[in-house]
Amino acid sequence: MEADRSHLAPPPSVGGSDPAVATEADWDIEAVRAQFPILSREVHGHPLVYLDSAASAQPPLRVLDRIDRYYREQHANVHRGAHQLSAEATEAYENARATIADHIGADSDEVVFTRGTTESINLVAASWGSRFVGADDIVALTKMEHHSNFVPWQLLAERTGARLRFVDVTPEGTLDLEDFDRALEDRPKIVAFMHVSNSLGTINPVSDLTERARAAGAITVVDGAQAAPHMPIDVQGLGPDFYAFSAHKMCGPTGIGALWGRRELLDDMPPYQGGGEMISEVTTAGSSWAAVPHKFEAGTPNIAGAIGFGEAVRFLSELGFDGLAAHEHDLAAYALARLDEVDGLTLYGPREDRTSVFSFTYGDIHPHDLSTILDQNGIAIRAGHHCNQPLMDRFGLSGTARASFYLYSTRAEVDALIEGLRMAARVFGGLS
Amino acid sequence: MSSAVYRDDMNESNTPTPGATDRAIPASLDSLYQEVILDHYRRPRNKTALEEPTHTITMNNPLCGDVIELLLRVEGSEIVEAGFLGRGCSISQASASMLTGRVIGKTLGEAAELSAKFTRLLHGDPSPLADADLGDLRALAGVSKFPVRIKCALLGWNCLEELVDDGAGSTSPATPSE
Repeated sequence: MEADRSHLAPPPSVGGSDPAVATEADWDIEAVRAQFPILSREVHGHPLVYLDSAASAQPPLRVLDRIDRYYREQHANVHRGAHQLSAEATEAYENARATIADHIGADSDEVVFTRGTTESINLVAASWGSRFVGADDIVALTKMEHHSNFVPWQLLAERTGARLRFVDVTPEGTLDLEDFDRALEDRPKIVAFMHVSNSLGTINPVSDLTERARAAGAITVVDGAQAAPHMPIDVQGLGPDFYAFSAHKMCGPTGIGALWGRRELLDDMPPYQGGGEMISEVTTAGSSWAAVPHKFEAGTPNIAGAIGFGEAVRFLSELGFDGLAAHEHDLAAYALARLDEVDGLTLYGPREDRTSVFSFTYGDIHPHDLSTILDQNGIAIRAGHHCNQPLMDRFGLSGTARASFYLYSTRAEVDALIEGLRMAARVFGGLS
Repeated sequence: MSSAVYRDDMNESNTPTPGATDRAIPASLDSLYQEVILDHYRRPRNKTALEEPTHTITMNNPLCGDVIELLLRVEGSEIVEAGFLGRGCSISQASASMLTGRVIGKTLGEAAELSAKFTRLLHGDPSPLADADLGDLRALAGVSKFPVRIKCALLGWNCLEELVDDGAGSTSPATPSE
């Protein structure tokens, strides 16, 4: 069953439509929500209010249908059989790659399918890192990073003896650009940073940062997991050397993501894993590798996941990132205003240049208690350190509550969150 | 702000109506967050480092960041002093606070028995409720209805069991585990 999408905004024109044209009023929220089956379910007797999309977004029906159709009608292994099904599966798999590559302004050859952002970054750290990073080298990271763009570099440092340099974060939750420049003075080999903060919603000035890093002779690795769901990604304009993102945060399935890398860098890198699919020739004397991107895709890939990923990107593109951005901007402004009204609530992160993810603490009510109380009202938020322990340490926190909104979120859900917080205060007999 | 598009149509959606009068607190939450628990959370007992502990251990729950350091002074096999340090949710902190109150004066063996009873209670066996030995720990029975929170209530008790397993009399180094 295909949802009726005739009422949705047309895709933006090539070259980008005028953002001023898209307004919140263009966003038919009920029509958008109708495409997400899970949003009609109840939790603990209340309508689900899903405010955890930054952890994993919900998939629309057409993504589920596409995966279903692949398994029902097209399933076979890719790149091998000469039979019809294998040809169809291969075509669907490679078409998904082309869709994703096109979406980010890249060539298909430069897009490697991975299990997700985490594996994408591990791939760079393990492959590029093992060939080009030595004991005298420095890898610069930020204290804002998700553990997925943190631990792989710690592992690389352990293996190679390289030194890690951590760029500081300002009290407002933005990157300390002066410290970034100071870090570059030490001529790091790699500079790794996130595009958008998963805890604070901070949008980092990626093109500016990649330009500074390149001028200092570093390659840049950008974690785009929290950016790709919310904005069109143009890797040429952003200017990194590697860009990693995940399908499941942008309406696709779990277990699939992408690594984009500059062709010349990918060509120079050794394989990440060995096995089938990634070889050119295997003999007892040795083996040679397939060309990129297949050099990095050992074994039977997540074919259904990749196809679902491609469908999710098509879904978002057809819905239109301009309308999506206008909706989220409106929702973020509304959420900020409503959260400001709540006595005892402390919000972390910038008030501008941010996405619609909000980390906060509420009086002396621990985030996990908040989460339990909200959950009993059908409201799903996240509580804890959000795989962001260095950032939490930076702010002297052990964790926060985090509500994240997405294209299907509503103002009424913001109101439900506020009402839930008030209930939490009542459960605790007030705040201390 | 362009609120017009939202004002009227949201009441017909499947999301809660904004501005409603305060919703009643569900019974499940009332039973989870009993006053005695909130009291132990906000005014923890024995939350102090002992001057001469014979046993200390620190355990954390890496998924939620809760940390408990349990300190005991054991003479012979009797726990003569108990204290804890740490941070975390109301359930983990209240449970640890209650633990220290209940184990002082017990032997390590008796403390282990209490731990076993309490663990059974949290896993849904109501029989320990009849046991006066549990004291105010009975207030934590509501946690059994919240499977993801059981580990919070047991964090301090896991510390205790580790210390007992390590054997009486020897001073254990603080061991981050789990």
